[in-house]
Amino acid sequence: MKTKKLNMQKILAPAALVILYVFFSITGRNFFGMDGLRQILQSCYYIGYMAFGVTFVIITGGIDLSLGSLMLCSALVGCCAYSAWGWPLWLALILILVIGGLFGLFNGFMVAKLKLPPFIATLGTQMITLGFGSIISKVRTMYFPSVGSVDEWFRSVFYIHGQFPTGVLWLLGAFAVGWFLLNKTRFGRYVFAIGSNEEAARLSGVKVDRYKIAVYVVCGLFVAMAGIFYGAAYTTVLPGKGNGEEVNGIAAVVIGGTSMAGGSGSIFGTLIGVLIMATLKKGLASVGLQAHWQTFFTGFVVIGAVLLDIVRNNAALKSAKKQVQ
Amino acid sequence: MTEQILEMKGIHKYFPGVHALNDCHFELGAGEVHALIGENGAGKSTLMKILSGVYTKDEGLILLDGEEINIGSTLEAQHLGISIIHQEINLMQDLTVAENIYIGREFLKGFVLNQNEQDRRTNELLDSLHLSDIRANTKVSTLTVAKQQMVEIAKALSFQNTRILIMDEPTAALTESEIEDLFSFIRMLKAKRVGIVYISHRMEELKVICDRVTVMRDGQYVGTRDMADVSISEIIQMMVGRVIYTEPKTSSAVQLDAPVVLEVKNLNSRDVKNVSFQLHKGEILGLAGLMGAGRTETARLICGADPMDSGEIYIKRKKAAIRTPYDAVQEGIGYLSEDRKLFGLCLGLSVGDNIALPNLETHRRGFVIDDAKIRRTADKYIRKIGIKTPGFYTPARSLSGGNQQKVVLAKWLERDCDILIFDEPTRGIDVGAKSEIYKLMQELVKNGKSIIMISSEMPELLRMSDRIVVMCEGRATGELSIEEATQENIMELATKTMEGEMK
Repeated sequence: MKTKKLNMQKILAPAALVILYVFFSITGRNFFGMDGLRQILQSCYYIGYMAFGVTFVIITGGIDLSLGSLMLCSALVGCCAYSAWGWPLWLALILILVIGGLFGLFNGFMVAKLKLPPFIATLGTQMITLGFGSIISKVRTMYFPSVGSVDEWFRSVFYIHGQFPTGVLWLLGAFAVGWFLLNKTRFGRYVFAIGSNEEAARLSGVKVDRYKIAVYVVCGLFVAMAGIFYGAAYTTVLPGKGNGEEVNGIAAVVIGGTSMAGGSGSIFGTLIGVLIMATLKKGLASVGLQAHWQTFFTGFVVIGAVLLDIVRNNAALKSAKKQVQ
Repeated sequence: MTEQILEMKGIHKYFPGVHALNDCHFELGAGEVHALIGENGAGKSTLMKILSGVYTKDEGLILLDGEEINIGSTLEAQHLGISIIHQEINLMQDLTVAENIYIGREFLKGFVLNQNEQDRRTNELLDSLHLSDIRANTKVSTLTVAKQQMVEIAKALSFQNTRILIMDEPTAALTESEIEDLFSFIRMLKAKRVGIVYISHRMEELKVICDRVTVMRDGQYVGTRDMADVSISEIIQMMVGRVIYTEPKTSSAVQLDAPVVLEVKNLNSRDVKNVSFQLHKGEILGLAGLMGAGRTETARLICGADPMDSGEIYIKRKKAAIRTPYDAVQEGIGYLSEDRKLFGLCLGLSVGDNIALPNLETHRRGFVIDDAKIRRTADKYIRKIGIKTPGFYTPARSLSGGNQQKVVLAKWLERDCDILIFDEPTRGIDVGAKSEIYKLMQELVKNGKSIIMISSEMPELLRMSDRIVVMCEGRATGELSIEEATQENIMELATKTMEGEMK
């Protein structure tokens, strides 16, 4: 009985995904098939990386609002190093990761050591990274190598090679890494413990501050990866952009059943959340509804997912109380 | 004798598994200050929560002016003229006195707040209570704690016909001179024929301000006396003189020359003043005292949970630098908090993960968590100390209090801690689980562990401890061997405030 309920929780989001997919396959034009599937997957890349990263943060009970602008900031600076300063591409990509990691460290330091509320700390970082990217790039638009240029490999490695969406492999790789980190390492176990009860974790001898910082660094690295995939997909990076993208990442996490209160969540759920959002996006387009409709409906999906989470939690609490009595 | 306004007769209250109030009586006259006292958990709060409408009684009669009443909610209690002043101040610090007093019943002129009327009424009220130094437009945060308390009382009295005022530890946060202010205020209320229920642990205070005293113990009514006819030691005797259902220890098996595993010297922090003691190998050291005596605070210093201002900790004769809980855990100190839900467990995580939390170093292979080993470890303790749970995978949230306590214990046992601090180990757990915890503790010391036990239940201390250190107001006021310790002399040390010694 109990295990059944648990499975229900895990099945709900994937089931919604399947239902959405089937629904649009029937009603949408050019939705069903390899092309449609590839388009869905391709719109997952950078949101997926952001979402994986912020899943860790949200499970500790925190939030990161700097996702979107940090993603573009790191991409912009890396791209600037490549195209304006003449760095080799591989070094520029490493720079992107370093920038993501450093801003993650900055976020973590503010939250863990200076005890700033994550909302405020990362809101500040959102604006700082927005400005930082523009300052470094001198407010110029930057271009990653596109098809036909010297570093053509960039796009085929990270985005698409011929007809094959190579980005999918990276996304699945990131999923595997994220899943391993969260479920199989001490770091992951502490992430849950901190989100569930920070004080109990601290009294158990967990160096809570250190792990909280690490969580934001991990998030920053994932976000930097998102920046790389953004660059590969769009090749053009505009300065002063990216704020607003964080809501997509956070929405995917929430749709995937990770609780904003911390202590529970899963990378698998986040992957499903990302896929649901991408399916919705492609599906609504295939029935003739454009971008503004997609945002409109995604909003309802987020609210619905959180409502469901609340209902589930209440039910779980009730059954737990019953068990005790 | 004054006219009687309130009578509570034969009150019973049951909580799941606990008979919290068993045939309790209480009465209150107009203009009387009636002390309600008893040890922690004696049932005073429960009885007063019934009177103020927080709980409903299961059996018994409540008579107001001789008429039977039913109090279904706090709002009904207020309408009946019964108000409670809680220990903590519940005022909105950034609002004015008037805004606080009339919150939720603001004076309106159409849609607009009628500030003038509200301020005028507030000032009238304050004047009538001789609180002319507090004004309606004063911001609450600028008032002293004592004045804020009086604003709370004024708020209670601003409801029509408030005649019964329950004050829960009103002096807990007050300084000496503020207490004097409060007392003259209470005398003024007496003159206005308000009946006051006064809950406090401070015996000297009761003598000063109260007319009668009712003592409760273990959810039962012990007796009511006129304050003038009773001495403090008689009251203490009434408080502790229970039929002791568990035999107290009469002698300690721990040799005086047993090695010292922990020594603290002159610990100081905001709530702890110059506390020193030693803990021997295989010993249970009881830390006695009333609520707020600084026992938990001392324990939290030892386990690195709070920073200390000064002091030294020696573990096995070696000086230990404990700055964080991590350091304490490395030194082999395990802390079992009185509030398991807040400090002990990650409720959402499984029993296994909770036990593994301080032990992941030994439950991994390289970077990978060894879940199979966590499971084996959890199963081992589920068997060994009898944790009643459907399995290691069950969330800690759904376990009963006693079993949650065992999960916390398992955490530290697996960590192989030599020094265990049990803070109120049996609070909120039922009798059966209690004796299991006692048995476990005895086994632990037999196996060479050492235990510091903080408890507010004196029979528990007398039954378990080899030695007892008593604290009051942050200081260690005395140390008793188990041979000399009695409930009376513990209580005496626990109420030995500085007042007498200060000029």
